[in-house]
Amino acid sequence: MTEFSETPGIPEAPEARIGVDTWVAEAEERRARAGGPLALLARGVEAMPPAVRMLVFLAVASTLPFWLNEGDLFSYGLFTLLYATLALGLNVVVGFAGLLDLGYVAFYGIGAYTYALLSSNHYGIHWPALATLPIAMAAAGLVGLALGFSARRLLGDYLAIVTLFFLQAFVAFSNTANPTVAGKGLTGGPNGIANLDPLKFFGYELTSTEQQYFFLLIVFALAATALFFANQSRTGRAWRALREDPLAAEAMSMPVNRLKILAFVIGAATAGLCGAIFAAIEQATVAGNFTVAVLITIYAIVILGGLGSIAGVVLGAIVINVSFQFLAPQSGHPEVKRWLFYGTLVLLVALMKPWYRGAVVLLGTVAFGFAAHAFVAAIAPASWTSGTAVDAGSASTAKAIADWVIIPEGHSSFNTYAYIALVAAIVALRSLKGWWRTAGLIPTLYLTAVVWENVLAPNPAVTALILFGAMLIALMTVRPQGLLGTARVEIV
Amino acid sequence: MHLLLYNIVDSIRSLGWAGAFELLRNGIVLGSLYALIALGYTMVYGILKLLNFAHGDIYMVGAFLGYGVFTRLGAPLSPSLSLVPLLILTFLAAMLGAGGLGVAVERFAYRPLRNAPRIAPLISALGVAFFLENSVLLLTNGNHYNYDTFELGGNPNTGLPGTLFHRVFSVAGRPVTVVQVLVVSTGLALMLALTLLVSRTRLGKAMRATAFDREAASMMGIDTDRVITSTFFIASMLAGAAGVMFGLYVGETYYFMGFLAGLKAFTAAVVGGIGSIPGAMVGGLLIGVVESFAIGYVGGQWSDIVIFGILILFMLLRPRGLFGSRAIQKV
Repeated sequence: MTEFSETPGIPEAPEARIGVDTWVAEAEERRARAGGPLALLARGVEAMPPAVRMLVFLAVASTLPFWLNEGDLFSYGLFTLLYATLALGLNVVVGFAGLLDLGYVAFYGIGAYTYALLSSNHYGIHWPALATLPIAMAAAGLVGLALGFSARRLLGDYLAIVTLFFLQAFVAFSNTANPTVAGKGLTGGPNGIANLDPLKFFGYELTSTEQQYFFLLIVFALAATALFFANQSRTGRAWRALREDPLAAEAMSMPVNRLKILAFVIGAATAGLCGAIFAAIEQATVAGNFTVAVLITIYAIVILGGLGSIAGVVLGAIVINVSFQFLAPQSGHPEVKRWLFYGTLVLLVALMKPWYRGAVVLLGTVAFGFAAHAFVAAIAPASWTSGTAVDAGSASTAKAIADWVIIPEGHSSFNTYAYIALVAAIVALRSLKGWWRTAGLIPTLYLTAVVWENVLAPNPAVTALILFGAMLIALMTVRPQGLLGTARVEIV
Repeated sequence: MHLLLYNIVDSIRSLGWAGAFELLRNGIVLGSLYALIALGYTMVYGILKLLNFAHGDIYMVGAFLGYGVFTRLGAPLSPSLSLVPLLILTFLAAMLGAGGLGVAVERFAYRPLRNAPRIAPLISALGVAFFLENSVLLLTNGNHYNYDTFELGGNPNTGLPGTLFHRVFSVAGRPVTVVQVLVVSTGLALMLALTLLVSRTRLGKAMRATAFDREAASMMGIDTDRVITSTFFIASMLAGAAGVMFGLYVGETYYFMGFLAGLKAFTAAVVGGIGSIPGAMVGGLLIGVVESFAIGYVGGQWSDIVIFGILILFMLLRPRGLFGSRAIQKV
């Protein structure tokens, strides 16, 4: 939805920067970063040495269990860390080495199933985590080695294709094939394997969310530190060279194939470790957890933060997971979602330049809404305006919303048409310029409110996914290098 | 492993020649659907070097648009038109709608990224796929909608199959029905039209030039943006037609149908050699037939693994595909 904030004064998309100096390419970024308290904070964080940044993060993260309740710690804290660790591994493959690995989630699944087979009643094997975690890492790493070894000659897109097929084959294998081994389905099919052992170290079991959280925090810190030094090392430099130009890297006598496989295997092993921990936390593993949707989430985290940046991965994981959990239907305070949604819209409009344009749009939208509501109430039967807002929090808020937004009752096809009209309006708005766009923005914003009240707010689960898809598109168009990534310059 | 081989041999023996023909027939029908979708992948890849992950979902939206028009016209039980104009209208609506959607997607999600790093449009495509899939999930509540073509054109009270399911001819006692002939022949006609368009018309020439070298083409006075828009329109139109065909033949449309079909069609495009139009057609038929035989002889739960396994092997042994040309890297 970021496209509302665009004004003619700011370039809509990164223009071709062929043959432009890095300094020139980043000038715009430096200018944009100049003012504001947020920018000051960003610069402060940037000025910190990496070790200090890491310590600050760990210090803040370890206070979470003391002020979040168990449910919130599980969904906001534990899963953010899990996603961050998972994204760290992908960052090695895609961010450091520039290999497009679309089968990453398969290694996550391999780790989870390895743990499930070695620590559950499925085959009656109960090994301690000290044995199973390394085995899960090794299993995922070995499969990654096999795939990477056979795919090492493949370039760019072909690697993406082969790994995507690998993921699909893995999903089909664990979900539908479920071959019989030793008298039992190996993967448990769509039901998966349940009742796994919790993580167990020296006879000490990690059962509470708090214990698991601190364990994962340690794992994350170790992984991030190791990968940070790997990136600083000779190998890390070689990866970057490989990413920027594989041909030139090869001409410089770098062992390109070995470097690619190394990155691939490190990524796979990290995913395997995360998978095993995930299985232990959930105490179950189901094939539905390792699909393309998860892959997209992990990619979104890495891309949002900025490819190749470890701090970016953490930021991406926080943003994506927190917004996901917040939009999820089971989260408390459903009325807050509404204010967050409207707040974001108002903020985007308020950021328009010059300022009076935003003011015109806001006032215009409010006026347009009352006019449209009065018009519909006057000419149409009462059922067109008699609906009620869901999850409004209080009766007076519900009344205020229903007085401004058209909420019909019992006209189900209205939802479909309103939604399609909104998508069409946003697409059309893109091709308008100047004051025409400002004028078009007013009904579009009102339509957004109508669609939110009628379609999106009653279906929070799907809404989260739709907003996620829209955010990916918007992010790519506005800032393809991610939040903390650096702009790349193509010199021809 | 031994048991699996034994099962395969056993089912080949028990199905016999008639069963084999049935599998081949199903495979060819399925394959022409895959081929139509694969053409879209291959055209877009040829011209933009972009893996358009949203293409499978455009196919899904096409199937839903067709369903909307089909039922608005009273079909299948009390159609307000006779069969041929009804089908033509359904196809037209789905094709134009899907084509328009494809153009909108290109304008909105891909065009701003023309000069961005390669991964950006890829992620944007994933975003579009996610967006379309979940929008349809939202609007349909995840329900399955059925074309119910079985009784179309027949008498609903008799319970006998309607016109679309009459037999045209039989081989080894196994029937080939009207809808199967319709799907295959419409598919072939569209592919022929596309081949003529690309090889004989000015637009086709411009497309080939743009695919060969976009920058050089634009220096030669070709409006490459317009060519790309037309490519997306045509590719999405083919996907829309495939969606209606699926609806008429299989019947069921649901929000998730585009994902696996798109992936398999994409597989077909890769087997044929991505970027090659005859390759996509041959690849589509091949994948359809392989899938059908895998379902018949190995079992439905293994068919996807067989297909993706063949694919991985194929990619490793011959990455440029059957018809692809060897790419030379220039520095």
